[in-house]
Amino acid sequence: MFGWEFPPHILGGLGTASYGLTKGMHANGDMDITFVIPKPWGDEEKGFAQIIGANNTPVAWRDVSWDYVAQRIGKTMDPQLYFDLRDHIYADFNYMHLNDLGCIEFSGKYPDNLLEEINNYSIVAGVIARTVPCDIIHSHDWLTYPAGIHAKNITGKPLVIHVHATDFDRSRGKVNPTVFSIEKDGMENADHIITVSNLTRKTVIEQYGINPDKVTTVHNAVIPLDDELLNIPRKRNDMDKVVTFLGRITMQKGPEYFVEAAAKVLQKNKNVRFVMAGSGDMMDAMIKLVAKRDIADKFHFTGFLRGKEVYEMLADSDVYVMPSVSEPFGISPLEAMEMGVPSIISKQSGCAEILDNVIKTDYWDIDAMADAMHSIVTNPALHNTLRDRGIDEIHGITWEKAGKKVIDIYKQVIASRS
Amino acid sequence: MKNVCFYFKIHQPFRLKRYRFFDIGNDHYYYDDFADDEIISRLAEQSYFPMAQTLLDMIEESGRTFKCAISISGTAIEQLQLYVPEFIDLLKKLADTGCVEFMSGTYAHSLASLEDPEEFIREVKMHDDLIRQLFGQKPVTFANTELIFDDEIAGVIKSMGFNACLTEGAKHILGWKSPNYVYASAAAPKLKLLLTNDKLAEDISLRFNNPEWDEYPLTADKYVDWIANLPEQEQIVNLYLSMDTFGTFLPAQTGIFDFMKALPRFAKEKGVEFTNPSSIASKLKAVDHLSIPFPISDIDEARDVSAWKGNDLQNEALRKLYSVGERVNLCNDRRLKQDWEYLQSSDHFFYMSTKSMDDGASHAAFSPYDSPFSAFTNYMNVLADFIVRVEEQYPEEIDNEELNSLLLTIRNQAAEINSLNKEVKVLRQNILEADDANNEARLGEVEVAEKADVEKPKKTRKTAAKKPAAEKKPAAEKKPRAPRKPKAEK
Repeated sequence: MFGWEFPPHILGGLGTASYGLTKGMHANGDMDITFVIPKPWGDEEKGFAQIIGANNTPVAWRDVSWDYVAQRIGKTMDPQLYFDLRDHIYADFNYMHLNDLGCIEFSGKYPDNLLEEINNYSIVAGVIARTVPCDIIHSHDWLTYPAGIHAKNITGKPLVIHVHATDFDRSRGKVNPTVFSIEKDGMENADHIITVSNLTRKTVIEQYGINPDKVTTVHNAVIPLDDELLNIPRKRNDMDKVVTFLGRITMQKGPEYFVEAAAKVLQKNKNVRFVMAGSGDMMDAMIKLVAKRDIADKFHFTGFLRGKEVYEMLADSDVYVMPSVSEPFGISPLEAMEMGVPSIISKQSGCAEILDNVIKTDYWDIDAMADAMHSIVTNPALHNTLRDRGIDEIHGITWEKAGKKVIDIYKQVIASRS
Repeated sequence: MKNVCFYFKIHQPFRLKRYRFFDIGNDHYYYDDFADDEIISRLAEQSYFPMAQTLLDMIEESGRTFKCAISISGTAIEQLQLYVPEFIDLLKKLADTGCVEFMSGTYAHSLASLEDPEEFIREVKMHDDLIRQLFGQKPVTFANTELIFDDEIAGVIKSMGFNACLTEGAKHILGWKSPNYVYASAAAPKLKLLLTNDKLAEDISLRFNNPEWDEYPLTADKYVDWIANLPEQEQIVNLYLSMDTFGTFLPAQTGIFDFMKALPRFAKEKGVEFTNPSSIASKLKAVDHLSIPFPISDIDEARDVSAWKGNDLQNEALRKLYSVGERVNLCNDRRLKQDWEYLQSSDHFFYMSTKSMDDGASHAAFSPYDSPFSAFTNYMNVLADFIVRVEEQYPEEIDNEELNSLLLTIRNQAAEINSLNKEVKVLRQNILEADDANNEARLGEVEVAEKADVEKPKKTRKTAAKKPAAEKKPAAEKKPRAPRKPKAEK
């Protein structure tokens, strides 16, 4: 499997989903999974998958001792693997910028030279593909499609790509041509495509012109939260109700609809506070919009929340809102629901396809969204029903089931080849 | 001798339009007239007209031996009057044959029987008055909203003077017993219970058009045979069916109308009779008592009231609605009273059901909303506006008892003023009579004096309605003055 992120060092939903799926597949048994990421930190959960760091994979021969390797990368990788990989270097990459182990450095993030990093990742994939035997190759999101294609060409094994998002979702239709071509190339070379929702499946088929027969939806699931997080106490006193938006403040997430709906609610009901948690390129515009609507006294910005702060915010919330204009899946409402926070999500979110105990509105339907917010904060019966049924519902959505579906797809792909 | 009684149910609620919370206090019209018009017109065309016509034909062709019952809600009648008044005429024709019995029930197809017995009695009275006024029949057999029934309701129904009630032949109540007998309520032993035979009713409503059913196709011949071949002692089969089953769920091309039309002929051959609920109740004796401690109904697999009272949303909405019931009934605002009826329709609560699986599908199929949560939100918004309007009538701080006594004072005083006015009138008449005998010069004087006197009570009467306390004085003043003058005259 090729991925870009892996918990605990994650930047978005991709890492969580890759992790959950891998774990879920492992739980189904009879699977050896190797997971390649650009830069492991050493504190990743192992046990269900062998994690290989691209930055620890040599692409040029260096004569180093076992002890030296053990000391340099021992905490993230078995030194023996380094030597195995070193035996499979397939070309001379000494012209590149390499470190003392003959490895390429990776940031593991989304740097400005992302395209270069993607290319490097694909070079590394060549070495790994030659070293680690496999039956199937699985690439998570466009960053790793080139690596997947490369590995497929070397091994001749089928490639399954996992579309967690497309550039159409990220850009509201104004795609970056380079990204688009990488995505399309990946989809065309894949033997099968897994999408995280029917919404994404539709995009893949319609916007990328892919044969519907080779696109299957496997909805994401949710990893049960730790008790520590679930039991975070409420800090607020119960004077005002809190309605929360949580996520990147970008065009894709529809933050302006949240602000407009908040303004509508505040016209009628002063006992509600609105929180926009997160950061993004539209944050300044949102602050201005809040001021223009004259609701700044009841509307708060928290900035970027990390780790536990997210759950502390949810624990203090009465309603969670995700008004995304286009969301391939959207895992955060599932987390909100697990925390017992009733959620309002846009019908344009992939997770709307599998959730029943949420309120769904069109992202542009500010009236409906405001109405739903108002209804939850004024009717305890609705709040409690959504909370209790929501928790039950989330407990039924497991990665193990999603993993089973992916394994079935693998079997089908392998069978169709032989 | 077997008796078969068909009951045809007709009900339509006034559906709510999309009503946002910012409409609360601004918009007092709650209904989706387009949807109501569209739905009832369609159902009338597909089901009500052809079915009623079929019934009429069956009655005529059988020489008036075919009999049946119709259970129609007040809200359905109102909608028919608005959108398809011709159908009311057809119903009147059916009523005129004397072969169709109209059942008693709740006006709005409401859940009042579960929530508020007094309101329940009022609803039933209102419904029966409408039936009597339109069809010239006083309903004598009771069929509650979706046949909801329990021991408590039995007592209320009996107290209203009904001797028979149709309810669900629920398996969990009957156990090994057959629904094909007349029973009596354990709580009100004089109330006879007629129980529906679900199996035979569903053979028509669910399975008639199902080619996978091993009895498919169902013919009138076969159906009547089944009834004729029931055990000797089982004398009555009650078939409770929604009228839109015929023509809508079972389209005309399935042959459902021909199936119905053929029934009387085969029934005659096999010695099966069609009958009315009231004649069953008077003819047959109860074989046993049934105790029904928890309410039953004919809805969903569970055959209980969980379709309307199964979750917190529904219970909350019902509680809020019935919390203002007493107040609404105290007031005289006609629009408010009308909304009170429409908001009580059980359908609104049916849409809020969060049941899943098979039962959930039937809820979703009828619901104009995309989820139970939006059904709840919309209803609660409307209800919030309604409650604001109720409170405008009577401020919230005054509790019902106090309000009652104040209203009573006002009414008593109004009555007193009326009687005094009458007295004045009589006395005035006396004066006039006396005046006839007197000379004209004196008459002129009296008239002037009288005018001044009569105007006063009129004025006080106006203010009386608003200020009960202030009004006593003028009333007291008036009394001695009025009689004094004619005395002087005499």
